[in-house]
Amino acid sequence: MSEGLKSALVHGGLLVVLFGLQFVLPAYHHGNLARIMVLASYAIGFNVLFGYTGLLSLGHALFFAAGMYGMGLSVEHLGAAPAPALLAGVVAGLLVSGVIGVLALRTSGVAFMIVTLMFAQAGYLTVLYAGAYTRGDEGFVVQQAQRVMMGVDLSDPSHRYFAGFTLFAICLIATLWLVRSPFGKVLIAIRENEDRATMLGYDVFARKLAAVMISGTISAMAGAVYGLLFGYVGASFASVQYSIFPLLWVLLGGAGTIVGPFIGTLFMFYLIDLSSQVTTAYMLIAGIVLVALTLFAPQGLAGMLRKRIWRGLP
Amino acid sequence: MTTGIVKQSGTTRRGAIKTLAAGAAVGSLPLWARYTQAQTSEPIRIGFQVHRTGIGAAYGRWYDRTTTAAVQRINDAGGINGRMVEVIAEDDGTDPKRGAEVVEKFASQHNCDIGFGTLFSHVVIGSAPRAGELKLPYFVVSEGHHVASGMLNRYTLQPGITDVKSQVQAMAPFIAGNLGKKVTMIYPDYGFGYDHRDNLKPAIEAQGGEVVGMIAIPPSETSFTKYFPKIPRETEVVYHVMVGPAVLTFVKELGEFFGPSRPEIFGFIDSLEAVDMASPGLEFLEGTYFWEGMPRYAQPDQTGHDKLYRAAVGVDDNGASVSDPKDVSTYAHMFGCWETLYVIKAGMETAGYQGPADRAKLIEAVEAMRHMPLSDEHPQGAKLFNGKTHQVFGPQYISKVTDGKLLVVHTTSIEDTMYPDEVDYTSQAF
Repeated sequence: MSEGLKSALVHGGLLVVLFGLQFVLPAYHHGNLARIMVLASYAIGFNVLFGYTGLLSLGHALFFAAGMYGMGLSVEHLGAAPAPALLAGVVAGLLVSGVIGVLALRTSGVAFMIVTLMFAQAGYLTVLYAGAYTRGDEGFVVQQAQRVMMGVDLSDPSHRYFAGFTLFAICLIATLWLVRSPFGKVLIAIRENEDRATMLGYDVFARKLAAVMISGTISAMAGAVYGLLFGYVGASFASVQYSIFPLLWVLLGGAGTIVGPFIGTLFMFYLIDLSSQVTTAYMLIAGIVLVALTLFAPQGLAGMLRKRIWRGLP
Repeated sequence: MTTGIVKQSGTTRRGAIKTLAAGAAVGSLPLWARYTQAQTSEPIRIGFQVHRTGIGAAYGRWYDRTTTAAVQRINDAGGINGRMVEVIAEDDGTDPKRGAEVVEKFASQHNCDIGFGTLFSHVVIGSAPRAGELKLPYFVVSEGHHVASGMLNRYTLQPGITDVKSQVQAMAPFIAGNLGKKVTMIYPDYGFGYDHRDNLKPAIEAQGGEVVGMIAIPPSETSFTKYFPKIPRETEVVYHVMVGPAVLTFVKELGEFFGPSRPEIFGFIDSLEAVDMASPGLEFLEGTYFWEGMPRYAQPDQTGHDKLYRAAVGVDDNGASVSDPKDVSTYAHMFGCWETLYVIKAGMETAGYQGPADRAKLIEAVEAMRHMPLSDEHPQGAKLFNGKTHQVFGPQYISKVTDGKLLVVHTTSIEDTMYPDEVDYTSQAF
């Protein structure tokens, strides 16, 4: 079986399973999976930069929030319909990631992490200071009537699931195509050895900037969809915690794999959901599991699959 | 936990797998069938969204104790409609995203009859849309103005605690009449502070006073000395609302700035909930005034209702835990859990509540409520419920720090706290 066919079977199979699950899952898990698919799309965006380009950003909450607020503010203040509001969120993410990319890519390594973290904190504080428009830390509700997109009520559980699935499928297929394209190969080359990529004549800065913008835009799209599906826009989504989450999800699932972000998000969601019923120290449990995984499966869950079963897993 | 009635939700990994298997079995049912629940003579399940971790943990601990005490008392008296009450507590980490997930869990996994108990505004606002979509009556104990502002939905109610808008405006007559007419406000530069900024100014002006200074302090600030010179010299009253761990530094530095010749000082006890008034650095507060939702210290004219409530929750005359005098309660807020649970009980009894099919009837029954007299069920004071705005109104207390304790010097009337309706939730469909 060719690598391409195998890859299509694995990723297509995942999408088929996710599509089918909506008909069999009980209500609670049905709702959870819708949420997980949106968050996994965010993680996929993060993974483009971290897993494939080798740039560790600690400020991705800024992009997620740019999408969420781009969408939310245009609904709240301009009375935009969901479709143009979503577009506004995506454009906001594209612009913010372009500006941050140009500035932050002047640094590298630890400095890049710190600069992105600082920009994200500045973004978070901006949301608080612009409280007259953003309603600061309290945030605001996107009302049910404002979430009817072309006759489809996105607050309905089955519509929400399908919307989450569509977003996830688009992100998954697009990144799969991306990393197999010549452009994606150059990103991987930059990750592996930036000096060599430069020596080979590639404009490394331009490609890294494009990676930041693709990553930021996917994250923003996830943020916009999240706000629209769950009806709330708030500053907590711009806080540092939401920059760390995608890193954890990707590390857990397997950086530099296409399915890794989904596996990591799913695993982490249920780890917290189940352990929080046992103890209030559920973050301790999550921490221990993370340490154990880092020790015994440093490549993450999908990374382990790649190592043990299929070396060609994209 | 002091009782076996309140328990952690009991789902295990194995249980979750069973649930998944059961879900597969009913997979052929139409979608709507998954959102209905069977009802028997099982206990009434109240999903308690509690801030066990995160910034709200100190409040959450006391909300938990108050809820436990109220439910025990309700069950000892025969439960609701002859059924015992079971509280399913879930930690929301004081996070809006997790809060929404917890509400989903109550509605879809634990088959709770209602959701209850959320305090922090952002968690309420993040969770309420999901409660509305899942048609889960959601009784919040938040004091935020979000319910009465019309931002939320028909399924979200706040019948057990007054909102910050009414609290702030009710302070103005006392401040302008007794402390001074020239007020400078110091408040945190985010949502909670804005509620004070936006509501106090017009209320003071209506009393013939004037807000001469407004000093917004960024939430990340740890030292305040550079802000105090901005207080206008003509200031007669400093009105402060600082929350978070920096409040002790704030008070200490304010004391150092003014020395013995200070203006009158008025604050909201939110700053010092769960903080011992005898903490080092708070001596400067002697002789200053505070808003209290319910008096932390047992007053000389303490009612029998307060006595009963205090004993049931396990709070001593100084507002601290009977088992640990250093463990100070959030007395000005937590009564809201007690009173809300009794409103739920009364609503369910009026509606003849049998199960989730009667949720709309329960909401209508609560909306029809009006007067709630001072009683063991409403120990904070008599209340007036507005069914249209889903918000309750009640008395507010103003206390003076005297010998390191808070002594009530003024109780507002309910009328002082009222404002025109901003929404009519009863016009929304279920």
